[in-house]
Amino acid sequence: MSGVSSAEYIKHHLVNMTYGKLPAGYARVDSHGESQTLEQATWTLAHNPEEASAMGFNALHLDTLGWSVVTGLIFCTLFYRMAKKASSDVPHGMLNFVEMVVDFVDTTVKDIFHYRNSLIAPMALTIFVWVFLMNLMDLVPVDWLPGLAGKIAGNEHLYFKVVPTTDVNITLGMAFTVFGLMIFFSIKEKGVMGFVKELTLHPFNAPKWYVNILLVPINLILETVSLIAKPISLGLRLFGNLYAGEMIFILIAIMFGAGWALGLFAGVLQWAWAVFHVLVITLQAFVFMVLTVVYMAMAHDVEEEH
Amino acid sequence: MEQGLIYIAAALMIGLGALGTAIGFGSLGGKLLEGSARQPEMAPMLQGKMFLIAGLLDAVPMIGVGMAMYLMFAA
Repeated sequence: MSGVSSAEYIKHHLVNMTYGKLPAGYARVDSHGESQTLEQATWTLAHNPEEASAMGFNALHLDTLGWSVVTGLIFCTLFYRMAKKASSDVPHGMLNFVEMVVDFVDTTVKDIFHYRNSLIAPMALTIFVWVFLMNLMDLVPVDWLPGLAGKIAGNEHLYFKVVPTTDVNITLGMAFTVFGLMIFFSIKEKGVMGFVKELTLHPFNAPKWYVNILLVPINLILETVSLIAKPISLGLRLFGNLYAGEMIFILIAIMFGAGWALGLFAGVLQWAWAVFHVLVITLQAFVFMVLTVVYMAMAHDVEEEH
Repeated sequence: MEQGLIYIAAALMIGLGALGTAIGFGSLGGKLLEGSARQPEMAPMLQGKMFLIAGLLDAVPMIGVGMAMYLMFAA
């Protein structure tokens, strides 16, 4: 691993462990250079970025899926066991921490969301803790877990990206789910006509209907842009922060390979960036939760015709 | 030549995004200190709100950095 140039190191570390369908007749070049063309489309693990992109749409990022499920299970089991242990007397240890988190999320949701919907607070708690746990994986040095798995599996070229949120699919997937919920709730609360009216009559509207007709196109453009921008910015904010954070960790990890003096300096740098990154991780999870609750609140507020 | 242009584009994306956000964070921090100096008991609440807005502001440069890194390495 150390002989490879830094650009290759970075390129190698940016590729997810993709499992997908290579099209028939694809010339597969393995690490020793000889190529072998596939007769029919085969589902296989991509060995290099070119193969991963050749798989096109039907490719799964095993590492992202795997780690997000693992962190999700950790969240569920931990909170389930703590909920079972919860009682009225003084909480201590992990139960204390879990109650603190639940209280924090509860108060935040209460002062943002003033309507009756029993889905919002649990969803906010899940988003906050799950996104935080997924981000937390970023603090684990880049090469530890893949290296460990490589030793266990005995194949040195095994590599996977440990942080699910550095994969744009996860963050945009969550953002579009929130977008779908937003549309669902605004239609449920305001009715289809209410939702359409909100899109066409805000922000400019006039008492006379024929003036409104002229204003509708402008409103429509303005409102759809802001409607589309919500999930995109929500998803890309989390992705951008974590991707950039992990990129810095990868760049620092390169310095470890270059002599012990630079390695020592890289150790200090890794520690410093990790400390700053702890703030970024919690902040981004918190912002993702708050924005989701704000969007839900906006979906619910039925404006009285003043 | 084409590779060089990518690096220039990436540098611009990262630099300009960081420039704007740095100014924004600077004034945000300044206003926080002003506010908590004027009313010290409000300081914790103000700080909470500042971190929330800092998180929101962070999106702009980070999306730029994310796109620039993608441009440089993965595209």
